[in-house]
Amino acid sequence: MTATILAIVASIVTFVFVFWLLRRGVLREKYAVLWLLVSGAALVLAIIPGALRWISDLLGVETPSNLLFFVTVVLLVLVSVQLSYELSRHEARIRRLAEEVALLRNQVSQESGGHGNT
Amino acid sequence: MTSSSALVAIPAWNEEGSIGDVIAKVNEHQPDADVLVVDDGSSDATATLAAKAGATVVSLPFNVGVGGAMRTAFLYAQRHGYTALVQVDADGQHDPADLDALIRGLEQADVVVGTRFHPDSMYFVGGPRKWAMVMLSKALSRMSRGPISDPTSGFRSAGPRAIDLFALEYPADYLGDTVGSLAIAIRRGLTVHEVPVTMYFRQTGRPSKNALWSALYLGRATLAILATSLKRGTARTDAA
Repeated sequence: MTATILAIVASIVTFVFVFWLLRRGVLREKYAVLWLLVSGAALVLAIIPGALRWISDLLGVETPSNLLFFVTVVLLVLVSVQLSYELSRHEARIRRLAEEVALLRNQVSQESGGHGNT
Repeated sequence: MTSSSALVAIPAWNEEGSIGDVIAKVNEHQPDADVLVVDDGSSDATATLAAKAGATVVSLPFNVGVGGAMRTAFLYAQRHGYTALVQVDADGQHDPADLDALIRGLEQADVVVGTRFHPDSMYFVGGPRKWAMVMLSKALSRMSRGPISDPTSGFRSAGPRAIDLFALEYPADYLGDTVGSLAIAIRRGLTVHEVPVTMYFRQTGRPSKNALWSALYLGRATLAILATSLKRGTARTDAA
């Protein structure tokens, strides 16, 4: 029983926290949606314990908690890879911007009769 | 915009001790060439001293590594209509007397790499570091169907086609700026030649040469080549 309450509280807290971040404009929708879905699904599984067992039986997994762990790990790995992808893209863009800034700064100081550098 | 067609590009990160000398020597050997110093987020007087020595200075807002600094130089060369770009290190290990050979080499090739390995060379490496370099050299030589004995050399020149390519795509990762960029050039069908050059040992910060370092080095270089070979088209995210 305690485990059920803990799971319900945890999923609600996650849901509310992500929603709060979204409202404050800190988190972009495309990321928020994922976590809202995940915490929503967790809440459903916490409220209806039979649901997890039913899915496990359907997939032929003997221990329901193992299914939960497996799905969680897969999800987290996918999210990490996605974040690495986003980060790489941003690093590439920031680098390109730095190069443009350097060239523009040079151009501006040339045009204003400076000596190429401040 | 410019009277001469050759640009000598010097990527520099905190090189106030040598940058002035390097620019003076370049001017002495190549009085007609323009000198561009890409100040890679230096915190010392590199930019000021370079400007004082008569070079055009482009300052990056933060350190992006040699690859980023070089791509900035290629962009500059492309936008100002240069037909040749020679890369020279700011630490003085490259001899500006070789600039002529590197520029003339562009008559027959798109990229010319100055090699440290030739009969008259004073440059020696041994042990695992040498094996790593030999393997890299073999891999790239096979790709290019011509000898590339010193793929990690940063003393090299690029013609118009290479300038256009590198302005768009020049790797920022470790070894990407040397090995990776050659792989990109070869893959895009550019011709790569090499000429013998003199290279002095670095005064400071000599690279370590133990087996672990070499293994890592080889691994990263292989990754750099593989990444290029497997990549399809231009990196969309990199393009403007």
